[in-house]
Amino acid sequence: MSDEPKDKPTDSAEAEETADAAHGPLLFYNDTVIDHFTQPRNVGEMSDEEADGVAVVGDPTCGDQMKLWIKVRDGVIADIKFKSFGCPGAIATSSMATELAKGRRLEEAARLTDDDVVEALGGIPEHKKHCSLMGTTALRHAIYDFLVKREQR
Amino acid sequence: MIYLDHNATTPMRAEVFETLRPFLQERFGNPSSFYGLARQARAALADARRNLAALIGAQPEEIIFTSGGTEADNLALRGTARMLKGRGRHIVTTAIEHHAVLRTCRDLEQEGFTVTYVPARSDGQVAVQDVLEAVRTDTILVSVMLANNETGVIQPVAAIAAGLRERDIALHCDAVQALGKIPLDVNALGVSLLALSGHKVYGPKGAGALYVRPDTPLAPILTGGSQESGRRAGTENVAAWVGFATAAGLACRDMETEGPRLKTLRDRFEALVTARIPRTVVHGASSPRLPNTAHISFANVESESVLLHLDLRGICASAGSACTTGSPEPSHVLAAMGIPALEAQSALRFSLGRGTTAEDMSATAAALADIIDRLRAISSC
Repeated sequence: MSDEPKDKPTDSAEAEETADAAHGPLLFYNDTVIDHFTQPRNVGEMSDEEADGVAVVGDPTCGDQMKLWIKVRDGVIADIKFKSFGCPGAIATSSMATELAKGRRLEEAARLTDDDVVEALGGIPEHKKHCSLMGTTALRHAIYDFLVKREQR
Repeated sequence: MIYLDHNATTPMRAEVFETLRPFLQERFGNPSSFYGLARQARAALADARRNLAALIGAQPEEIIFTSGGTEADNLALRGTARMLKGRGRHIVTTAIEHHAVLRTCRDLEQEGFTVTYVPARSDGQVAVQDVLEAVRTDTILVSVMLANNETGVIQPVAAIAAGLRERDIALHCDAVQALGKIPLDVNALGVSLLALSGHKVYGPKGAGALYVRPDTPLAPILTGGSQESGRRAGTENVAAWVGFATAAGLACRDMETEGPRLKTLRDRFEALVTARIPRTVVHGASSPRLPNTAHISFANVESESVLLHLDLRGICASAGSACTTGSPEPSHVLAAMGIPALEAQSALRFSLGRGTTAEDMSATAAALADIIDRLRAISSC
């Protein structure tokens, strides 16, 4: 039997060379998804006075929740903010949904689908596709909230 | 890379590989054959069986080699249930068992057995009294793990065995996570069956064993040749089993120094993390635990998001057990401990091992502080 090696699994030169291959998620999630996950766009909150429409969707005890605020000017989503408790897929798709919605007319934004979000991200793993529903659902709820509040005014 | 997922699997030790390699090549003989080449393999297997048995206080003939911990659990449960069903059809287990036990029990329910799943207390331990109270007159089998794979909490198996002593009930113990990490003796535990695995102790995957006390009736689940005394058919996986026994021996030899070393690193890590990151809970902290396992919830962040941030920094950890990662299913272990679902969604497991250094743990604690901060800043909870 050989002497006790200091076989820390990582510190050989060979392990260094294969480091890229060991980075599963870079293959599992593409670079665009990783980018929106690590640097989500439009993160933040709006006060009740600032926001024209608000939505809360999902259930954190089931793994994800999203809050969304929109500001509407002349029928256009002038500003949008979100916060999210969720998996990487939920964070990235929420971020992309806000990017797609920002600057769009309300009727266009309301028609955005989860497929639009997934396509803009260049695809996400099949079992994460349900995550992308959250951003577009929250968006429609926030637009509906705006329309109801406008009626009430 | 910083590897903190030793409860999922471990890298094979160089000396284990050197020991098993010849049996894949020049010593490839089938132990059941006649000639010298076969006898070499047969002798190596006998040594492996004797060495492994000695490590857990058993006799060589009480060891059945298997394809791993999962097969050992399946053989223990299905093999005894089938032999004892004339006496009764009730099984008692715990809700915190590995899926190898839980899903086998679910399957036995389909075959007409009734199973009671005893929950754990919030400290991660199953109460001896709860298990004994679940036992009925028609109970034939009790199955309780020795150390939980997620929390590392050690279960009171010896006390349960003592409570069952006067009764004619088989006691199975899944000791896959305990081997090489804490002392293990089948007589001190008082169990009838005990499952072990090779790849958790720096041995090969695809190798495991079931200890079976001679008075325990057991039907085979794999039929065919008369290998393993007719209790497990199939040509012996000599290389894997020789490697497994060697690895288990080395792990048990090193336990006295490695156990306290890992416990110090783990405890320091938990102290560092809880001091730096507010609203952090260490699960099972008040119970006896494996020295290498830390199971921690960080409020208001989702575990897979933390895992991906860690992975992007070259740190490997896990959310609950590896089997459920990749699906949104939260940990059944934390649920059985009565931990609220939201807290369970934010639980991560860090399991240390031979290669782990103090630098690894302080780097991981620093990375976590930054990651949790970032995720909490965007969290809607």
